[in-house]
Amino acid sequence: MKIALFATCIVDAMYPRTAQATVSLLERLGHEVVFPAGQACCGQMHVNSGYFKEAHAVVANHVEAFDTDDYDVAVAPSGSCVASVKHQHEMVARRCGDAGLEARAAKVGAKTYELSQLLTDVLGITNAAEQLGSYFPHKVTYHPSCHGMRLLRLEDRQLNLLASVGGIQMVELPQADQCCGFGGTFSMKNADVSSAMNADKAANICGTGAELCSGGDASCLLHIGGGLSRQGSEVGTLHFAEILASTFANPVTVTGDVKLAGSKR
Amino acid sequence: MSSNTFLGMPSLPVFGHGNLNATEPFPKAAHRELGNEQLRANLGHATHTIRDKRLKVVAELPDWEQMRDAGSAIKNATMANLPALLDQFEANFTARGGIIHWARDAQEANEIVTALIRETGETEVVKVKSMATQEIGLNEYLEEQGIAAFETDLAELIVQLDHDKPSHILVPAIHKNRSQVREIFLREMPVVDPNLTDEPARLAEAARTHLRKKFLSAKVAVSGANFGLADTGTLTVVESEGNGRMCLTLPETLITVMGIEKLLPTWQDLEVFMQLLPRSSTGERMNPYTSLWTGVTPGDGPQNVHLVMLDNGRTAALADEYGRTALNCIRCSACMNVCPVYERTGGHAYGSTYPGPIGAILSPLMTGIKSEENSSLPYASSLCGACFDACPVKINIPEILVHLRGEDVDSKRSKVKIPTQMDLMMKGAEWAFSKGSHLGLLEKGLPLGKLAAGRAKVIKRLPGIAGGWTQSRDIPAPPSQSFRQWWDKDHQPSAAVVPGTGTSNSSEGEQA
Repeated sequence: MKIALFATCIVDAMYPRTAQATVSLLERLGHEVVFPAGQACCGQMHVNSGYFKEAHAVVANHVEAFDTDDYDVAVAPSGSCVASVKHQHEMVARRCGDAGLEARAAKVGAKTYELSQLLTDVLGITNAAEQLGSYFPHKVTYHPSCHGMRLLRLEDRQLNLLASVGGIQMVELPQADQCCGFGGTFSMKNADVSSAMNADKAANICGTGAELCSGGDASCLLHIGGGLSRQGSEVGTLHFAEILASTFANPVTVTGDVKLAGSKR
Repeated sequence: MSSNTFLGMPSLPVFGHGNLNATEPFPKAAHRELGNEQLRANLGHATHTIRDKRLKVVAELPDWEQMRDAGSAIKNATMANLPALLDQFEANFTARGGIIHWARDAQEANEIVTALIRETGETEVVKVKSMATQEIGLNEYLEEQGIAAFETDLAELIVQLDHDKPSHILVPAIHKNRSQVREIFLREMPVVDPNLTDEPARLAEAARTHLRKKFLSAKVAVSGANFGLADTGTLTVVESEGNGRMCLTLPETLITVMGIEKLLPTWQDLEVFMQLLPRSSTGERMNPYTSLWTGVTPGDGPQNVHLVMLDNGRTAALADEYGRTALNCIRCSACMNVCPVYERTGGHAYGSTYPGPIGAILSPLMTGIKSEENSSLPYASSLCGACFDACPVKINIPEILVHLRGEDVDSKRSKVKIPTQMDLMMKGAEWAFSKGSHLGLLEKGLPLGKLAAGRAKVIKRLPGIAGGWTQSRDIPAPPSQSFRQWWDKDHQPSAAVVPGTGTSNSSEGEQA
């Protein structure tokens, strides 16, 4: 299968290893990965901040990059960006009176998958250890991000994939379905409320005794990880794609002050 | 104020007044409320209790989702045909001896109610808890006119005695715990047992004793209504304590204030809502008291039955193509009980009578987004979507929040001469994100970010509005190269893995 990778802006610029892990997983399964060079961002930040006019150019760029027959499906390692492509792009086009873009956006949206959706529903991965060679001997908890949970209805796809990784010990996160408080520019415009939400999330994560909190949205992980780091916690965050891509021979390493069991730092 | 003055949609939408406006921007109010530890503890406990109860009783119904669809469809049909349904309701209500008055806004509604009370010669009225009368500030208005209004709902009574404002649609005193309630009763009730404890049963007994005299002596009652049934002209009040039934049956004159959106087309439609409402609001299968009345029944119950039909911004909301489904709201409060923002700030932070997620859309829809302080309400959400999942009539609150943010940005576009920091940030991001080559160019600066982060490998302070982020969060040092750069320079397609061996030759790229 020919799979187009939508890296998303935040992963492209801040977490390249999440996209590299995604590429690695798909290639290990024997698929061809292409990276449409014109891509930049889904425009979610503009839309969620009310800047529809500015969002139009961003959405148009995404549609231009992905509206080709040169691939079978598109994938992104981010629930919220996929939700934006599927649920916001047509609305932006409609509000800006661009019927042509609206139709093309619908076409692109229909071909776009979140990574765990693609792995589970299309590529039939049920056991990461066996089918992907995934190995990660650490204690991990999992935060299901709001957009994946409520807009894409990912249910336990990400969690089940993580739980099937060789050597992993999953611990349940209390009140996992509660928002971490990121919400894009919400974290700046309502910094106090956002911080209060993040503090409760961090307390729940630390209470599990996990070494890491995993999830499927780089932005939520950036937010949660940023809060944990400021509190001086040794618990880090890591995208589930990187855990799936970790193997016995080539284990994933973690940045920052995070201390994994057995690490020399 | 005769009937039939309202015929269909007004040519210009009427914006609402009264207690619909925040008095300060949400972030400022939220900052203050967040500092109240007691409030947060009370709220956290109460919202989680109701939340769990609701989930339990909702799970009992195999057709809950279909029921939500039915509720949403009935309400959409009502809004699509509102002028005709209002006419039909008026004809039926009037034919059964009721009298209808139309009020464009809070001021008109307050004047109508005052005039009706004056006609009776009374200076005291009992009240059933009502959001519409909170919205128009009726109690305060009556007080100015020398008329005392006594709230009879327990929680509403607590709030009134404490000279406070309700902070929740269903549980107005959710922000107070029982020891606080005890203190209020001891301080404010004219006759009260000085040995009153904070046991719920003792508190309820004190309230009952206090209210009984009012019920038996009152000649006039003021109520709201949960539903108006167009095909029969019937009004409905759904409640838990029985105080509503006392008010609705004992006095001689009954004055109801109801928003024009509260109609249901037929009596049969009530079936759906009597299942949706109690489960969503109190987490009960059925509420204890449902009162229905149709005009006047000679010799039984109030003999003077009035209804004030309130617009106060509802036609403005109805005129908003994207926002009008907010009028489907049946005031169950399920959205606020699941909202992580409401849970931490409480209802007072929203300013308006309608707090929480529904208030964040309903208030600005009714007052207009140009209303200065209410324009901050659509941003009081992380868009987590829990409210949409909980809403029994499927109001897509997150989508309407985003729509209203767009309205706010557009309304300020024309008038602001100096762009705000947010405007500049969005403009810059538009450039960066509208071409892959632009983002690629910016990513060449990543090593600078890494340099700025220094040895600690984190960025601890950002300037301007981004500083909100770094008040409680670090930003990790950016990588030396972006994914795009790695893909262009270093990506070599990896060979397929042999399943089960646990090895691969994938290129993991640069390790920080």
